[in-house]
Amino acid sequence: MDPQLSLLLNGIVSGLLLGGLYAAAAAGLAVSFGMLDIVNIAHPALMVMGAFTVVVIGTALGLDPLLVALLQAPLFYVIGIGIYGIYHHFFERRGEEALQGLAFFFGVMFIVEVGLVMAFGPEQRFLDPDYAFITWRLGEIDLPLRMLVPAVLALTVVGLLILWLRRSFTGLAIAAVAQDAEALRLMAVDPVRIKRLAFGISIALAAMAGGALVVVQPVEPASGQIFIGRVFAIVIMGGMASLPGMVTAALLFGVVENVTATFYGPSWSPAVAFGWLLLVLAFRPQGLFGRAA
Amino acid sequence: MTDITRRNLGRLALASGAFVSPAALGQGANPIRIGYAMSLSGGLAANGRSSLLAHKIWQEDVNARGGILGRPVELVFYDDQTNPGTVPALYTKLIDVDRVDIVVSPYATVMIAPSMPVIMQRRMTYVSLFGAGVNEAFKYDRYFSMNVAGDDIKGTYGRGFLDVAFTLPTPPRTVSILAVDNEFAQKAAESVRHLGRQRGLRIVYDRSYPPTTVDFAPTIRAIAATRPDVVFFASYPPDSNGLLRAISEQRMTAPILGGGMIGPQIAAVQQQMGPILNNLVNWDVYSPEPTMRFPGVEAFQEKYRARAHAEQVDPLGNYLQPFAYAQMQVVEQALARVGRIDQAALAADMRANEFKTVVGDIRFSALGEWAEERNLFVQFQGIRDGDLEKYKRPGAKVILHPANLKSGTLRTPYGAPA
Amino acid sequence: MSATLLGTGTIPAPPRHAVFWLGAIGLGVALVVALRMIGNDYGYFAGYFVLQYVVLASAWNILGGYAGYVNFGAAGFMAAGAYAAIALRKATGLDLMPGILAGAVVAGLLGLGTGYLTLRLRGVFFSIATLCLAVVLQTLVVNWDYVGGSRGAYIVNPMEIPPFVSWGEYMFVVMLVLAIGTVGVARALEHSRIGAGLAAIRDNERAAEAVGVPTLRLKLSATTLCGALMGLAGAPLPYYSGYLNPDAAFSLSYAVNAIAMPLIGGAGTWAGPVIGAVLLGTLQQAATVTISSALNLWIVGWMLVVFVALFPRGIMGWFRRRR
Repeated sequence: MDPQLSLLLNGIVSGLLLGGLYAAAAAGLAVSFGMLDIVNIAHPALMVMGAFTVVVIGTALGLDPLLVALLQAPLFYVIGIGIYGIYHHFFERRGEEALQGLAFFFGVMFIVEVGLVMAFGPEQRFLDPDYAFITWRLGEIDLPLRMLVPAVLALTVVGLLILWLRRSFTGLAIAAVAQDAEALRLMAVDPVRIKRLAFGISIALAAMAGGALVVVQPVEPASGQIFIGRVFAIVIMGGMASLPGMVTAALLFGVVENVTATFYGPSWSPAVAFGWLLLVLAFRPQGLFGRAA
Repeated sequence: MTDITRRNLGRLALASGAFVSPAALGQGANPIRIGYAMSLSGGLAANGRSSLLAHKIWQEDVNARGGILGRPVELVFYDDQTNPGTVPALYTKLIDVDRVDIVVSPYATVMIAPSMPVIMQRRMTYVSLFGAGVNEAFKYDRYFSMNVAGDDIKGTYGRGFLDVAFTLPTPPRTVSILAVDNEFAQKAAESVRHLGRQRGLRIVYDRSYPPTTVDFAPTIRAIAATRPDVVFFASYPPDSNGLLRAISEQRMTAPILGGGMIGPQIAAVQQQMGPILNNLVNWDVYSPEPTMRFPGVEAFQEKYRARAHAEQVDPLGNYLQPFAYAQMQVVEQALARVGRIDQAALAADMRANEFKTVVGDIRFSALGEWAEERNLFVQFQGIRDGDLEKYKRPGAKVILHPANLKSGTLRTPYGAPA
Repeated sequence: MSATLLGTGTIPAPPRHAVFWLGAIGLGVALVVALRMIGNDYGYFAGYFVLQYVVLASAWNILGGYAGYVNFGAAGFMAAGAYAAIALRKATGLDLMPGILAGAVVAGLLGLGTGYLTLRLRGVFFSIATLCLAVVLQTLVVNWDYVGGSRGAYIVNPMEIPPFVSWGEYMFVVMLVLAIGTVGVARALEHSRIGAGLAAIRDNERAAEAVGVPTLRLKLSATTLCGALMGLAGAPLPYYSGYLNPDAAFSLSYAVNAIAMPLIGGAGTWAGPVIGAVLLGTLQQAATVTISSALNLWIVGWMLVVFVALFPRGIMGWFRRRR
């Protein structure tokens, strides 16, 4: 096979795998920002925190990192509930989300990131599962397991989330709460309780994504900053509340980043993400798949 | 997992606090005060803190011998947080407010450069640690650099690596170059590019990447596709790790691979990478080979290794730590000869004399670099795992260049198991 | 939305411009004299650090406190100013003053561009765009060899610059003038029609539009001004430290302080950012030479969260309520 073609195919495939992971990272934000209209800019920082807890717990107990990622989700659910409680009490109730609420999340992001630096130092961490260096080969295409397994896990979780949001009562309530909280109240469902639940889920998702991320590539406390742009870009490009749209956007993202890195060198990859976001914001703010506001 | 998994921040703060207070512990009257900023937190903290340990060991050695000129030595230092913005203010404070007698530099080019204007304005004699080409921009006449690269990185750096490459059974014809966007790495890459062309090598890949790059798989794939004979990387710790992992994952091989990767010199990386390092040919500054048994270095390393674990720093001390010790030795020897605190006299002395240190005999050039560069190129041989004990003994990192320190022969290819 | 400036509902006293300017200049002169008497350069460096934040915080406040639009990209605008100054110097050899002008212009244009792209949308999108802008800019700078890329750029400063005592004093005075100017502009804006328009936008943008306030134009002006002033804060930076690299220029501490200082001091009025900057800036500078390390930045983060939750009007707001 022509070497350039082989490079391209590999770039696309590894991009899809990376994109699967990005989808997991953005899923939580699609819920909190897309559906609940809570601008949680601390989301990536919490994701990185999830990555670090996986490293610590996994190393200490000798467990597989993806297993730890799943197991720690309930803990982060509780953290999410706590954060929402504070946010609601001090900001949402008073109607001050715009300035103070945003600043609040910025402060949280900062506290988490600097806290991680203080606790772990600024260096990179990763945790190798047993299959870390195994690569399956399909002809010319490399499928490194360290990317395949987390991506499959991530996409499965997102898929389950989509199903749950569409089929279960609570899931439908979550989708409804942003559109019409009053109507929800009339159905004897407390909107605040629903939001709290949903926000908790979004943080749990972030933590799982972070844990999976640690298997794919090293993370450091500052990683959150690069991910902010990525996850917001993916959520916005996917059309805010549309999860399937978000997944598509995430996969596209991963592919474009990887193919750029392969053919133009890695220096321009970060700009790809944000460049796209700025363009989308300028010309099609409802995203590629969303409905116009 | 590295040794530096949890920083006991409280203990560190306490330790720094104890040293920062000018009323130092149990020092005698009229101490000689050496002031500097050092990276005790932030990205360079790992190397910064181990340099500090080396300095402390030197201080204890000197004071045990009765100090310099009969006066005990006191170290006055501040944490620069690996933030270049803090450096001018810190050195201004050290010199104008704390009134230290001697200043030395922080660690690494990015932290040394911002201090230069403050130093130059006050005409202080300045011995720096691991700065690359700092004085090219400033041309300061009282600057002395503890850095093996010498004056002419472009003309000399790549020579060692290419000389070793040309000892391959089949002479190499192609070379790939990948460098992080960073002063030293870019200069190193430029050297290899320049000398490589001179020696008739064809450059089949030549790119740079920003320090924040995390995923190297696409890049390594692209390099491997060009099938180079000589694979050269100039990278720094986080990315060196990423590169090596990507290389190992894709099972990339080449007759000779390595170059200017900063990372494999550090114990934590040697532990993590394990057998991936086998047959890597890489730039280095020190290896415990029989050809490098300079006076004092073994004693220093023994003391250092005894305390490294408690201080949570690099447990081997095979990288910049002997140079940090030597940095202070230069100050000590110059002071002893000059007999008083006189910046001009100290500078003249450092320019004119040879210094016998734990990293060998050193002379300084007109711009303050080492008159004779001593870029080592070593090869990791017989590496089957990440156990660190072997790195304390000769044989693990065999010196292939320069000729007068050579202690072994090249094994090929990279990618073959031990 | 946050309360209006008037609070008590009474007619405000007319702003006494002369008092402010005379007072500010007097204070500035007093500072210079005091530092000369202390006699060492350290005071100038520490003072520059604090004053730079006065400019940054006041700039942020124009968009954030007055108009209610949060700008997360303060580091990006500041670095844009710094690198514009570096690029100008490399290209033409022009020094500090033209560099400051260039910095303000470039950063202002960036503000205008960002605003133009996103201000038609909800405020949230503008904030996210500013966040991303900082990253894009950093990638651009890192890849731009002309200004040194990742390696950074050097500026060799002269030792002395009469009639000033030292280069340190010169930089301090420059930043002092910039700070007084910025605060003056912020104050004048607050008491002007534009300020009233911005306050209307902050309170209820739709209602403001309905009564004919030219919201888009005002928002764009505020964004441009905010960006330009942040560029002003950043342009002298390479001259101050003699060396600048992207990590230092785009430091997260600028972004968080630009938000924390006005909010803690009291957004919505010109005095809040000044108080916040002086307080927090001095605290951080003191911490740098004592406890140092990341702990001192962490404290800023906590202070931001606590103040924003418990004292949403900041220190100025607390004073006003007591009256």
